[in-house]
Amino acid sequence: MKADAASTPPKQFGLWRKSLNARTALLYLFPSILLFSVFIFYPMFRTIYLSFFLTDQQGAAALFVGFENYAYLFESREFRNSIKATVLFVLYTVPTGVIIALFLSLIANEKLKGIGFFRTVYSSTMGISVAASSVVWLFLFHPSIGMFNRLLNVMNLPGVQWLLDPDWALVSISISTIWMNIGFSFLILLGGLQNIDEYLYESAKIDGAGYWYQLRRITIPMLSPTLFFIITISLINAFQTFGQVDILTKGGPSQATNLIVYSIYREAFINYQFGTASAQAVFLFICILIVTILQFKLGEKKVHYQ
Amino acid sequence: MMMSTPKKILFYILLVISAFLVFFPVMYAFMISFMSGGEILQGKFFPESIHFDNYVKVFDRLPLMNYLINSFVVSFGVMLGQLVVCSLAAYAFVFIPFKGRDFIFFLFISTMMIPWEATMIPNFFTIQKLDWMNTYQGLTVPFFALAFGTFLLRQHFKTIPKELHEAAEVAGLGKFAFFWRVILPVSKTSLVTLGAYGFLTTWNMYLWPLLVTSTDQVRTVQIGLKQLQSQEVATEWGVVMAGVIVVIIPTLLLLFAGQRQLQKGLTQGALK
Repeated sequence: MKADAASTPPKQFGLWRKSLNARTALLYLFPSILLFSVFIFYPMFRTIYLSFFLTDQQGAAALFVGFENYAYLFESREFRNSIKATVLFVLYTVPTGVIIALFLSLIANEKLKGIGFFRTVYSSTMGISVAASSVVWLFLFHPSIGMFNRLLNVMNLPGVQWLLDPDWALVSISISTIWMNIGFSFLILLGGLQNIDEYLYESAKIDGAGYWYQLRRITIPMLSPTLFFIITISLINAFQTFGQVDILTKGGPSQATNLIVYSIYREAFINYQFGTASAQAVFLFICILIVTILQFKLGEKKVHYQ
Repeated sequence: MMMSTPKKILFYILLVISAFLVFFPVMYAFMISFMSGGEILQGKFFPESIHFDNYVKVFDRLPLMNYLINSFVVSFGVMLGQLVVCSLAAYAFVFIPFKGRDFIFFLFISTMMIPWEATMIPNFFTIQKLDWMNTYQGLTVPFFALAFGTFLLRQHFKTIPKELHEAAEVAGLGKFAFFWRVILPVSKTSLVTLGAYGFLTTWNMYLWPLLVTSTDQVRTVQIGLKQLQSQEVATEWGVVMAGVIVVIIPTLLLLFAGQRQLQKGLTQGALK
């Protein structure tokens, strides 16, 4: 022990000194790392683990079944239906939502008097919670006293069972979702537009370029990173939709609006099938992973950066 | 940029129509919150008189005051927690060069690829095991660490001149003192942005409070709305809409006050 103490101190001391920065940094990073470990990394691995088991009511793994949960899911009509509904929902909401937000941000980017008021109005839906919006839309979609059917009535058209008709329910949920997401997308796109160098427009003006030419040749290309970002975020948000389904339709009618997160919720917290619910959660994770990786890969190549 | 008058008029028309369409659902809800049942059935847009009966009723039907306080406590809690945890982490990333920084940075990025909903089942059981069901901790602590928030602050910290750091070291200021007395004060704007963002998203949270609360003591306003809607649906829409208006006012005010700031912050954090 004496020999040890004699031979190692300088070296050990050096290492200890050298790692001073790392130790300090870890101290500052510790809260984040701890919380990420407990509430993100551990539960992700646990979800993957549980997806290979049958579970008891307390969510403990009871019986190893390998990929059977997955096999069961992909054979189940219910889950395939849920995937179909989710994909349709993405198709209904993402392109339309981005185009509307793009239009709003373009007209709100002009230097006009009182433009601040319009910007505030367009971003307002970001301040309104999914629960509150859903309750308002529930009323708008009401079969007899809702505004939509009243309008149809005025135009002498037959009313639509917006939330009760399997053919319409997903469309109705999509309409309300597009509205809810306008605020956030608008704010991000407006920020992107304002980052475009004014100088580009001035030189285009001197060359006598019109509004549409500038839009096509300057605005859209320069905005493409932001557009790409907002498309990705909208996609991910669409996959994560829950509140509006819970309040507007409860996944019905005949499961037409049983989007994936709602399906996970039901499987886990109503049917207590934590194994298959976990398998669905893993599926959701993979979908979002693919979208994110695509953003990274395509984003580097296809999009015009400054 | 000067614009010709006809073009200006065209833009104003587009702006006004769009503003009407976007704001219509909220306006309509606001109007209905002042109507009696009969008026709603008749399909009117403007209420006959401004009276607050529905607002009184909604506070009667639900422990709404209780829910509002809960939502405030939880949103403030998450906001403060995020500010502390994220600014500490961002400080380490910017001002302390250390081995393994890239790896830790990668860990932070990877958390952004894991959707929260994919981890909610084990998280639910974690909260249960910690005995945090129906507590403020259960509603707040899981959201304190936020990669997006860390990146947002890191982006701002990077713009602080390195000379300031050196000067502080010469003056004998320790790392924490430098962080607390120099970095945080000069980063007020980004801290406010992140704070507003944290408050807003927490106030509007729905699925997590639905899972971890089952008593009126800790329920938040969003769950209150769900209760209200399922209780009152057939009859009193005026009362329901009064509830909606009460719930959205705090976040709308926050958004109106901080719209410019939020927009700048979000675009920066998102794109760089």
